[in-house]
Amino acid sequence: MSVPLTLLGLLEREPSHGYDLKRDYDAFFGRGKQLPFGQVYATLGRLARDGKVIAGDAEPGGGPDRKRYVITDAGRHEVDAWLIEPVEPEPHLQTVLFAKVTLALMLGKPASAYLDTQRAAHIRRMHDLTEIKRTGPLVDVLLADHGLFHLEADLRWIDLTSARLTELAEAVRNR
Amino acid sequence: MNTPAVLGSVGHGSLVEARGIYKAFGQTPALRGANVTVRQGEIFAIMGPSGSGKSTLLHCLAGIFTPDQGDVLFDGQLVNAMSEADRTKLRRTAFGFVFQFGQLVPELTAADNIALPLLLNRTKRKVAYKTASTWLDRLGIGDKGGRRTGELSGGEAQRVAVGRALALAPKVIFADEPTGSLDSLTGEKVMDLLTDLARQQGATVVLVTHEARVAAYADRVAMVRDGIVSFVDLPTVPASPAVAKGAN
Repeated sequence: MSVPLTLLGLLEREPSHGYDLKRDYDAFFGRGKQLPFGQVYATLGRLARDGKVIAGDAEPGGGPDRKRYVITDAGRHEVDAWLIEPVEPEPHLQTVLFAKVTLALMLGKPASAYLDTQRAAHIRRMHDLTEIKRTGPLVDVLLADHGLFHLEADLRWIDLTSARLTELAEAVRNR
Repeated sequence: MNTPAVLGSVGHGSLVEARGIYKAFGQTPALRGANVTVRQGEIFAIMGPSGSGKSTLLHCLAGIFTPDQGDVLFDGQLVNAMSEADRTKLRRTAFGFVFQFGQLVPELTAADNIALPLLLNRTKRKVAYKTASTWLDRLGIGDKGGRRTGELSGGEAQRVAVGRALALAPKVIFADEPTGSLDSLTGEKVMDLLTDLARQQGATVVLVTHEARVAAYADRVAMVRDGIVSFVDLPTVPASPAVAKGAN
Protein backbone atom coordinates (compact mmCIF):
# COMPACT_ATOMS: atom_id res chain seq x y z
CA MET A 1 0.00 0.00 0.00
CA SER A 2 1.55 3.32 -1.09
CA VAL A 3 0.56 5.95 1.48
CA PRO A 4 1.64 9.01 -0.60
CA LEU A 5 -0.21 7.86 -3.71
CA THR A 6 -3.27 6.86 -1.73
CA LEU A 7 -3.40 10.26 0.01
CA LEU A 8 -2.88 11.92 -3.35
CA GLY A 9 -5.76 9.89 -4.76
CA LEU A 10 -7.98 10.97 -1.88
CA LEU A 11 -7.04 14.59 -2.62
CA GLU A 12 -8.01 14.16 -6.25
CA ARG A 13 -11.51 13.44 -4.99
CA GLU A 14 -11.68 16.76 -3.15
CA PRO A 15 -9.35 19.25 -1.41
CA SER A 16 -9.01 18.24 2.25
CA HIS A 17 -7.40 18.96 5.58
CA GLY A 18 -4.87 16.51 6.95
CA TYR A 19 -7.31 15.36 9.60
CA ASP A 20 -9.97 14.47 7.02
CA LEU A 21 -7.42 12.65 4.87
CA LYS A 22 -6.31 10.56 7.82
CA ARG A 23 -9.91 9.75 8.71
CA ASP A 24 -10.71 8.62 5.15
CA TYR A 25 -7.48 6.66 4.82
CA ASP A 26 -8.15 4.79 8.07
CA ALA A 27 -11.75 4.07 7.04
CA PHE A 28 -11.01 2.75 3.57
CA PHE A 29 -7.46 1.45 3.65
CA GLY A 30 -6.31 1.18 7.27
CA ARG A 31 -7.92 -2.23 7.94
CA GLY A 32 -7.53 -1.76 11.67
CA LYS A 33 -4.10 -0.11 11.48
CA GLN A 34 -4.36 3.65 11.81
CA LEU A 35 -2.12 6.00 9.90
CA PRO A 36 -0.18 8.17 12.40
CA PHE A 37 -0.86 11.90 12.13
CA GLY A 38 2.87 12.50 11.92
CA GLN A 39 3.10 10.36 8.80
CA VAL A 40 0.14 12.18 7.21
CA TYR A 41 1.72 15.62 7.68
CA ALA A 42 5.21 14.47 6.72
CA THR A 43 3.80 12.92 3.52
CA LEU A 44 1.76 16.01 2.70
CA GLY A 45 4.87 18.14 3.25
CA ARG A 46 6.86 16.03 0.77
CA LEU A 47 4.02 16.08 -1.76
CA ALA A 48 3.90 19.89 -1.46
CA ARG A 49 7.67 20.14 -1.84
CA ASP A 50 7.48 18.01 -5.01
CA GLY A 51 4.70 20.11 -6.49
CA LYS A 52 2.03 17.42 -6.32
CA VAL A 53 -0.15 19.34 -3.87
CA ILE A 54 -0.51 22.94 -2.81
CA ALA A 55 -0.99 23.75 0.84
CA GLY A 56 -3.42 26.59 1.45
CA ASP A 57 -2.81 29.31 3.99
CA ALA A 58 -3.18 28.25 7.59
CA GLU A 59 -6.71 28.84 8.77
CA PRO A 60 -7.38 30.42 12.17
CA GLY A 61 -7.09 28.06 15.14
CA GLY A 62 -4.43 26.04 16.90
CA GLY A 63 -2.79 22.75 15.95
CA PRO A 64 -1.25 21.58 12.70
CA ASP A 65 -4.49 20.63 10.98
CA ARG A 66 -5.36 24.06 9.66
CA LYS A 67 -4.15 23.86 6.09
CA ARG A 68 -6.29 22.73 3.21
CA TYR A 69 -4.44 20.71 0.60
CA VAL A 70 -5.28 20.80 -3.12
CA ILE A 71 -3.90 18.41 -5.72
CA THR A 72 -1.97 19.89 -8.68
CA ASP A 73 -1.98 18.72 -12.31
CA ALA A 74 1.35 16.98 -11.65
CA GLY A 75 -0.26 15.17 -8.73
CA ARG A 76 -3.21 14.14 -10.89
CA HIS A 77 -0.88 12.74 -13.55
CA GLU A 78 0.98 10.78 -10.91
CA VAL A 79 -2.24 9.23 -9.60
CA ASP A 80 -3.36 8.32 -13.13
CA ALA A 81 0.00 6.71 -13.94
CA TRP A 82 -0.11 4.72 -10.71
CA LEU A 83 -3.65 3.50 -11.26
CA ILE A 84 -2.95 2.32 -14.79
CA GLU A 85 0.24 0.44 -13.91
CA PRO A 86 -0.25 -3.24 -13.07
CA VAL A 87 1.01 -4.39 -9.68
CA GLU A 88 4.07 -6.62 -9.82
CA PRO A 89 2.71 -10.19 -9.98
CA GLU A 90 4.80 -11.60 -7.18
CA PRO A 91 4.65 -15.34 -6.62
CA HIS A 92 3.36 -16.09 -3.14
CA LEU A 93 5.59 -19.06 -2.61
CA GLN A 94 5.31 -20.30 0.93
CA THR A 95 9.03 -20.06 1.61
CA VAL A 96 8.85 -20.95 5.29
CA LEU A 97 6.57 -23.90 4.65
CA PHE A 98 8.76 -25.02 1.77
CA ALA A 99 11.78 -24.97 4.10
CA LYS A 100 9.86 -26.95 6.74
CA VAL A 101 8.70 -29.58 4.25
CA THR A 102 12.14 -30.01 2.77
CA LEU A 103 13.79 -30.20 6.19
CA ALA A 104 11.13 -32.64 7.42
CA LEU A 105 11.81 -34.92 4.46
CA MET A 106 15.57 -34.67 5.07
CA LEU A 107 15.07 -35.53 8.73
CA GLY A 108 12.48 -38.27 8.15
CA LYS A 109 9.79 -36.26 9.96
CA PRO A 110 6.10 -36.09 8.98
CA ALA A 111 6.05 -33.49 6.20
CA SER A 112 2.45 -34.35 5.30
CA ALA A 113 1.37 -33.52 8.86
CA TYR A 114 2.94 -30.07 8.56
CA LEU A 115 1.10 -29.55 5.30
CA ASP A 116 -2.16 -30.71 6.93
CA THR A 117 -1.63 -28.27 9.79
CA GLN A 118 -1.01 -25.47 7.34
CA ARG A 119 -4.04 -26.50 5.27
CA ALA A 120 -6.22 -26.40 8.40
CA ALA A 121 -4.91 -22.94 9.30
CA HIS A 122 -5.60 -21.70 5.77
CA ILE A 123 -9.14 -23.09 5.75
CA ARG A 124 -9.77 -21.58 9.17
CA ARG A 125 -8.67 -18.17 7.89
CA MET A 126 -10.81 -18.63 4.79
CA HIS A 127 -13.76 -19.47 7.02
CA ASP A 128 -13.24 -16.23 8.95
CA LEU A 129 -12.96 -14.18 5.76
CA THR A 130 -16.12 -15.83 4.42
CA GLU A 131 -17.95 -14.82 7.59
CA ILE A 132 -16.76 -11.24 7.10
CA LYS A 133 -18.06 -11.35 3.55
CA ARG A 134 -21.45 -12.53 4.73
CA THR A 135 -21.92 -9.64 7.12
CA GLY A 136 -19.55 -6.85 6.12
CA PRO A 137 -19.81 -3.83 3.84
CA LEU A 138 -18.71 -4.12 0.21
CA VAL A 139 -15.24 -2.69 0.91
CA ASP A 140 -14.60 -5.52 3.39
CA VAL A 141 -16.08 -8.03 0.95
CA LEU A 142 -13.62 -6.99 -1.75
CA LEU A 143 -10.65 -7.14 0.62
CA ALA A 144 -11.79 -10.51 1.94
CA ASP A 145 -12.08 -11.76 -1.66
CA HIS A 146 -8.50 -10.73 -2.29
CA GLY A 147 -7.36 -12.63 0.79
CA LEU A 148 -9.47 -15.66 -0.13
CA PHE A 149 -8.03 -15.93 -3.63
CA HIS A 150 -4.47 -15.75 -2.30
CA LEU A 151 -5.16 -18.32 0.39
CA GLU A 152 -6.80 -20.52 -2.22
CA ALA A 153 -3.69 -20.29 -4.40
CA ASP A 154 -1.53 -21.26 -1.42
CA LEU A 155 -3.84 -24.18 -0.71
CA ARG A 156 -3.52 -25.43 -4.26
CA TRP A 157 0.24 -25.29 -3.83
CA ILE A 158 -0.09 -27.21 -0.55
CA ASP A 159 -2.30 -29.84 -2.22
CA LEU A 160 0.10 -30.26 -5.11
CA THR A 161 3.07 -30.47 -2.75
CA SER A 162 1.19 -33.11 -0.72
CA ALA A 163 0.67 -35.10 -3.91
CA ARG A 164 4.37 -34.76 -4.76
CA LEU A 165 5.82 -35.63 -1.36
CA THR A 166 7.11 -39.07 -2.36
CA GLU A 167 8.79 -37.61 -5.42
CA LEU A 168 10.15 -34.72 -3.37
CA ALA A 169 11.49 -37.05 -0.67
CA GLU A 170 13.39 -38.94 -3.32
CA ALA A 171 14.79 -35.73 -4.79
CA VAL A 172 15.86 -34.52 -1.33
CA ARG A 173 17.51 -37.85 -0.50
CA ASN A 174 19.36 -38.03 -3.82
CA ARG A 175 20.90 -34.58 -3.65
CA MET B 1 -1.06 -38.39 7.26
CA ASN B 2 -3.23 -41.41 6.69
CA THR B 3 -4.07 -42.26 10.27
CA PRO B 4 -7.83 -42.53 10.59
CA ALA B 5 -9.18 -40.20 13.24
CA VAL B 6 -11.78 -41.55 15.64
CA LEU B 7 -14.20 -38.72 15.93
CA GLY B 8 -16.87 -37.94 18.44
CA SER B 9 -19.65 -40.31 19.42
CA VAL B 10 -23.42 -40.48 19.37
CA GLY B 11 -24.91 -38.51 22.21
CA HIS B 12 -22.89 -35.34 21.62
CA GLY B 13 -25.30 -33.78 19.17
CA SER B 14 -24.29 -36.27 16.47
CA LEU B 15 -26.87 -36.56 13.71
CA VAL B 16 -25.08 -38.50 10.97
CA GLU B 17 -22.19 -40.83 11.58
CA ALA B 18 -19.96 -43.19 9.63
CA ARG B 19 -18.13 -45.81 11.65
CA GLY B 20 -15.25 -47.53 9.95
CA ILE B 21 -16.95 -47.83 6.59
CA TYR B 22 -15.47 -49.68 3.64
CA LYS B 23 -16.81 -49.48 0.11
CA ALA B 24 -15.32 -50.89 -3.07
CA PHE B 25 -16.44 -50.77 -6.67
CA GLY B 26 -15.29 -54.07 -8.13
CA GLN B 27 -11.64 -54.39 -7.18
CA THR B 28 -11.25 -50.66 -6.59
CA PRO B 29 -11.55 -49.57 -2.97
CA ALA B 30 -13.21 -46.17 -2.56
CA LEU B 31 -13.49 -46.06 1.25
CA ARG B 32 -11.09 -47.86 3.57
CA GLY B 33 -12.36 -47.44 7.10
CA ALA B 34 -13.78 -43.92 7.05
CA ASN B 35 -14.99 -42.42 10.32
CA VAL B 36 -16.90 -39.20 10.53
CA THR B 37 -19.44 -37.59 12.84
CA VAL B 38 -21.69 -34.78 11.67
CA ARG B 39 -23.34 -32.77 14.41
CA GLN B 40 -26.88 -31.52 14.53
CA GLY B 41 -27.26 -28.12 12.82
CA GLU B 42 -23.72 -27.75 11.54
CA ILE B 43 -22.42 -27.17 8.06
CA PHE B 44 -19.90 -29.90 7.46
CA ALA B 45 -17.64 -29.97 4.41
CA ILE B 46 -15.88 -33.02 3.02
CA MET B 47 -12.87 -32.15 0.91
CA GLY B 48 -10.37 -34.25 -0.93
CA PRO B 49 -8.62 -34.71 -4.23
CA SER B 50 -10.33 -36.28 -7.20
CA GLY B 51 -10.89 -40.00 -6.59
CA SER B 52 -10.26 -39.70 -2.84
CA GLY B 53 -13.66 -41.21 -1.95
CA LYS B 54 -15.36 -38.01 -0.80
CA SER B 55 -18.47 -38.42 -2.96
CA THR B 56 -18.70 -42.10 -2.07
CA LEU B 57 -18.61 -41.10 1.61
CA LEU B 58 -21.46 -38.62 1.06
CA HIS B 59 -23.50 -41.23 -0.83
CA CYS B 60 -22.98 -43.71 2.03
CA LEU B 61 -23.96 -41.12 4.66
CA ALA B 62 -27.09 -40.32 2.64
CA GLY B 63 -28.10 -43.97 2.39
CA ILE B 64 -27.70 -44.02 -1.39
CA PHE B 65 -24.83 -46.52 -1.23
CA THR B 66 -24.65 -49.33 1.30
CA PRO B 67 -21.15 -49.76 2.73
CA ASP B 68 -19.49 -53.17 2.37
CA GLN B 69 -18.41 -52.98 6.01
CA GLY B 70 -18.99 -50.60 8.89
CA ASP B 71 -22.05 -48.66 9.95
CA VAL B 72 -23.86 -45.51 8.99
CA LEU B 73 -26.13 -43.96 11.60
CA PHE B 74 -28.74 -41.29 11.23
CA ASP B 75 -30.24 -39.92 14.42
CA GLY B 76 -29.15 -43.11 16.20
CA GLN B 77 -30.72 -45.45 13.61
CA LEU B 78 -28.55 -47.88 11.66
CA VAL B 79 -29.13 -46.81 8.07
CA ASN B 80 -27.34 -49.79 6.53
CA ALA B 81 -29.61 -52.19 8.45
CA MET B 82 -32.76 -50.61 7.01
CA SER B 83 -34.74 -52.15 4.17
CA GLU B 84 -34.43 -50.45 0.79
CA ALA B 85 -38.00 -49.17 1.19
CA ASP B 86 -37.21 -47.61 4.57
CA ARG B 87 -34.04 -46.01 3.23
CA THR B 88 -35.99 -44.58 0.30
CA LYS B 89 -38.53 -43.17 2.72
CA LEU B 90 -35.74 -41.72 4.87
CA ARG B 91 -34.15 -40.05 1.85
CA ARG B 92 -37.51 -38.68 0.75
CA THR B 93 -38.61 -37.31 4.11
CA ALA B 94 -35.52 -36.45 6.14
CA PHE B 95 -32.93 -35.63 3.49
CA GLY B 96 -32.62 -33.04 0.75
CA PHE B 97 -30.14 -33.22 -2.10
CA VAL B 98 -28.29 -30.67 -4.21
CA PHE B 99 -26.01 -32.00 -6.93
CA GLN B 100 -23.53 -30.33 -9.25
CA PHE B 101 -25.89 -30.16 -12.20
CA GLY B 102 -29.06 -29.71 -10.18
CA GLN B 103 -30.64 -32.90 -11.49
CA LEU B 104 -33.86 -31.05 -12.02
CA VAL B 105 -36.48 -32.32 -14.46
CA PRO B 106 -35.82 -30.06 -17.46
CA GLU B 107 -39.31 -30.47 -18.98
CA LEU B 108 -40.96 -29.23 -15.78
CA THR B 109 -41.13 -25.64 -14.62
CA ALA B 110 -39.16 -24.27 -11.69
CA ALA B 111 -42.33 -24.33 -9.56
CA ASP B 112 -43.07 -27.94 -10.61
CA ASN B 113 -39.57 -29.03 -9.61
CA ILE B 114 -39.85 -27.53 -6.13
CA ALA B 115 -43.39 -28.84 -5.67
CA LEU B 116 -42.44 -32.34 -6.85
CA PRO B 117 -40.98 -33.75 -3.59
CA LEU B 118 -43.96 -32.32 -1.70
CA LEU B 119 -46.41 -33.97 -4.10
CA LEU B 120 -44.51 -37.26 -3.82
CA ASN B 121 -44.91 -36.89 -0.09
CA ARG B 122 -48.67 -36.55 -0.57
CA THR B 123 -48.90 -32.85 0.16
CA LYS B 124 -52.03 -31.35 -1.38
CA ARG B 125 -51.37 -29.84 -4.79
CA LYS B 126 -52.49 -26.34 -3.80
CA VAL B 127 -50.30 -26.36 -0.69
CA ALA B 128 -47.33 -27.79 -2.62
CA TYR B 129 -47.48 -25.02 -5.23
CA LYS B 130 -47.99 -22.31 -2.63
CA THR B 131 -44.89 -23.59 -0.81
CA ALA B 132 -42.99 -23.67 -4.12
CA SER B 133 -44.00 -20.08 -4.80
CA THR B 134 -42.80 -18.98 -1.35
CA TRP B 135 -39.46 -20.70 -1.93
CA LEU B 136 -39.04 -19.13 -5.35
CA ASP B 137 -39.52 -15.72 -3.72
CA ARG B 138 -37.03 -16.51 -0.95
CA LEU B 139 -34.53 -17.62 -3.56
CA GLY B 140 -34.91 -14.36 -5.45
CA ILE B 141 -36.42 -15.98 -8.56
CA GLY B 142 -40.09 -15.41 -7.85
CA ASP B 143 -40.65 -14.37 -11.45
CA LYS B 144 -39.17 -17.59 -12.86
CA GLY B 145 -41.68 -20.09 -11.46
CA GLY B 146 -43.32 -20.71 -14.83
CA ARG B 147 -40.05 -21.25 -16.71
CA ARG B 148 -38.89 -24.73 -17.61
CA THR B 149 -35.69 -25.42 -15.72
CA GLY B 150 -33.92 -26.23 -19.00
CA GLU B 151 -34.42 -22.58 -19.92
CA LEU B 152 -32.86 -21.20 -16.72
CA SER B 153 -29.26 -20.09 -16.24
CA GLY B 154 -26.97 -22.36 -14.25
CA GLY B 155 -27.25 -20.17 -11.17
CA GLU B 156 -31.04 -19.97 -11.36
CA ALA B 157 -31.30 -23.73 -11.83
CA GLN B 158 -29.09 -24.30 -8.78
CA ARG B 159 -31.34 -21.99 -6.75
CA VAL B 160 -34.30 -24.11 -7.79
CA ALA B 161 -32.33 -27.18 -6.68
CA VAL B 162 -31.72 -25.52 -3.29
CA GLY B 163 -35.44 -24.74 -3.01
CA ARG B 164 -36.36 -28.31 -3.92
CA ALA B 165 -33.91 -29.65 -1.32
CA LEU B 166 -35.28 -27.38 1.42
CA ALA B 167 -39.00 -27.45 0.56
CA LEU B 168 -39.70 -30.50 2.70
CA ALA B 169 -37.85 -29.02 5.68
CA PRO B 170 -35.32 -31.89 5.74
CA LYS B 171 -33.10 -32.59 8.72
CA VAL B 172 -30.04 -32.96 6.49
CA ILE B 173 -29.10 -31.52 3.14
CA PHE B 174 -26.49 -33.46 1.21
CA ALA B 175 -24.78 -31.31 -1.40
CA ASP B 176 -22.27 -32.78 -3.85
CA GLU B 177 -20.18 -30.07 -5.55
CA PRO B 178 -23.17 -27.69 -5.52
CA THR B 179 -21.22 -24.88 -7.19
CA GLY B 180 -19.08 -27.05 -9.45
CA SER B 181 -20.71 -25.85 -12.66
CA LEU B 182 -21.04 -22.18 -11.69
CA ASP B 183 -18.79 -19.13 -12.00
CA SER B 184 -17.31 -17.72 -8.76
CA LEU B 185 -19.88 -15.01 -8.07
CA THR B 186 -22.90 -17.16 -8.92
CA GLY B 187 -21.46 -20.00 -6.88
CA GLU B 188 -21.01 -17.66 -3.95
CA LYS B 189 -24.62 -16.51 -4.16
CA VAL B 190 -25.83 -20.11 -4.24
CA MET B 191 -23.67 -20.96 -1.21
CA ASP B 192 -24.94 -17.87 0.65
CA LEU B 193 -28.51 -18.96 0.00
CA LEU B 194 -27.93 -22.62 0.80
CA THR B 195 -26.18 -21.94 4.10
CA ASP B 196 -28.41 -19.03 5.20
CA LEU B 197 -31.64 -20.89 4.48
CA ALA B 198 -30.36 -24.14 6.00
CA ARG B 199 -29.40 -22.26 9.17
CA GLN B 200 -32.78 -20.53 9.30
CA GLN B 201 -34.48 -23.93 9.03
CA GLY B 202 -32.10 -25.58 11.49
CA ALA B 203 -31.04 -28.08 8.83
CA THR B 204 -27.66 -29.80 8.92
CA VAL B 205 -25.63 -29.55 5.70
CA VAL B 206 -23.12 -32.14 4.52
CA LEU B 207 -21.21 -30.73 1.63
CA VAL B 208 -18.70 -32.34 -0.72
CA THR B 209 -16.39 -29.97 -2.53
CA HIS B 210 -12.92 -29.74 -3.95
CA GLU B 211 -13.05 -25.94 -3.68
CA ALA B 212 -11.59 -24.40 -0.53
CA ARG B 213 -13.76 -21.30 -1.02
CA VAL B 214 -16.86 -23.47 -0.73
CA ALA B 215 -15.50 -25.46 2.20
CA ALA B 216 -14.85 -22.13 3.94
CA TYR B 217 -18.61 -21.81 4.50
CA ALA B 218 -18.50 -24.86 6.75
CA ASP B 219 -18.32 -25.00 10.52
CA ARG B 220 -16.02 -28.02 10.24
CA VAL B 221 -14.04 -29.49 7.41
CA ALA B 222 -12.98 -33.11 6.89
CA MET B 223 -10.28 -34.14 4.48
CA VAL B 224 -10.60 -37.50 2.73
CA ARG B 225 -7.52 -39.07 1.26
CA ASP B 226 -7.27 -42.58 -0.17
CA GLY B 227 -10.64 -43.55 1.28
CA ILE B 228 -9.81 -42.46 4.81
CA VAL B 229 -10.84 -39.34 6.71
CA SER B 230 -7.42 -37.92 7.46
CA PHE B 231 -8.43 -34.99 9.62
CA VAL B 232 -11.37 -32.93 10.77
CA ASP B 233 -10.81 -29.34 11.68
CA LEU B 234 -12.99 -27.12 13.78
CA PRO B 235 -12.37 -23.41 13.26
CA THR B 236 -11.42 -22.01 16.62
CA VAL B 237 -10.76 -18.40 15.73
CA PRO B 238 -13.94 -16.32 15.93
CA ALA B 239 -14.71 -14.21 12.88
CA SER B 240 -13.42 -10.70 13.35
CA PRO B 241 -12.96 -7.77 11.00
CA ALA B 242 -9.32 -7.69 12.09
CA VAL B 243 -8.83 -10.88 10.11
CA ALA B 244 -9.37 -8.86 6.97
CA LYS B 245 -5.92 -7.41 7.57
CA GLY B 246 -4.70 -10.58 5.97
CA ALA B 247 -6.36 -9.42 2.80
CA ASN B 248 -4.27 -6.28 2.58
